[in-house]
Amino acid sequence: MDNLLWIFISTLLVNNFVLAYFLGLCPFLGVSGQLETSFRLGLATTFVLVITALCAWVLNTYVLIYAPYLRLISFIVVIASTVQFIEMSIKKLSPSLFKSLGIFLPLITTNCAILGLAIFATNRGYGLIEGLTFALGAGAGFTLAMVLMAGIREETEINNVPALIKGTAFNLIIAGILSMAFMGFAGLFSST
Amino acid sequence: MATDTSAYEEMIKGLWRDNPVFVQVLGMCPMLAVTNSAINAVVMGLATFFVLVGSSFLVSSFKQWIPKQVRISLYIIIIATFVTVVDYSLLALLPTIHKELGAFIPLIVANCMILGRQEAFASKHNVKYAVMDAVGMSAGFMIALFALGSVREILGVGAFFGIDLFGANFEPWVIMILPPGGFLTLGLLLLFFNWFTERRREFLLKVAESSRVAYVDGDK
Repeated sequence: MDNLLWIFISTLLVNNFVLAYFLGLCPFLGVSGQLETSFRLGLATTFVLVITALCAWVLNTYVLIYAPYLRLISFIVVIASTVQFIEMSIKKLSPSLFKSLGIFLPLITTNCAILGLAIFATNRGYGLIEGLTFALGAGAGFTLAMVLMAGIREETEINNVPALIKGTAFNLIIAGILSMAFMGFAGLFSST
Repeated sequence: MATDTSAYEEMIKGLWRDNPVFVQVLGMCPMLAVTNSAINAVVMGLATFFVLVGSSFLVSSFKQWIPKQVRISLYIIIIATFVTVVDYSLLALLPTIHKELGAFIPLIVANCMILGRQEAFASKHNVKYAVMDAVGMSAGFMIALFALGSVREILGVGAFFGIDLFGANFEPWVIMILPPGGFLTLGLLLLFFNWFTERRREFLLKVAESSRVAYVDGDK
């Protein structure tokens, strides 16, 4: 239990997927304009992350022990088809949820945090429960980073920023400062 | 002759005008994650080069036989195959660097720049143009990786390609090789790039203006 808590907290804060591992930067820089949408995108990504962790565990345990060199190809195919499948089933089962998540689901396929999660979980030899905890932590961390970024961006919207720095350069510098703040969590665990 | 110039044009545009990193802001994840030293950046650049050129070649050769509905999945499978080749070759040839780059070699698959080039260019042009475009784009990507990696290594370690530059008195800025340094350096590089482009545009405008004035003056 201790171990699981450790995995969760460390992926949420210390090894935050966005701010320490640079995974999922495209939505982080691209879609973080508004607080509301960022939060929803974070939740949708968390959902896909958990499903992916499950799929990666099944693949690793039952299929890939016979053909390890197919790991990457099978992961990416499974992720792409899972996202497609989730999209179709949500559309069928709950049209209102689809309306609020719908546009984000295709975006999630190109989010490298998803593939990164599957690869990291495999490299560290996580079991099913550990993998799912890892996915939850990563999703929560992603949502946290998105929400913080969106909040800051909404606030700076009214500020007088020089035209030259506006846009990606400005967002990257904000991200750098956020990342510095998150480095403060590194001392949270004496064992790391 | 005309086709040669335009093929050259396709190659050269990736270096500066349509640079995948500075202008299109694509492929950010590998860009920031592996650039804590110049050598890592160069190896990552070469790996991306191989994958992009290889998959552009295959995609544009087979474009007649790829059904429209499943094209994205097919592109991804082609890219993933090349990435697997790179992953295993690096493991055999450069095990230490492979260990340092770690999970970021397989993550080349998720580099949106590569998929973007297949969808936007290779699937619509013939093999020659597709390969030229891929070479230019990946060279542009490599330049950006190298610029970021060199700045971060020089400031963060005080060395360049592992060779000590400043002697023992230099206090390295450790923050530069840590994650925040990546964000800050890329932000400042983008700022510099914007400034340079803006200045060039103004200069060209001024030249155009003065030549027009000279022409009008000459007319009198």
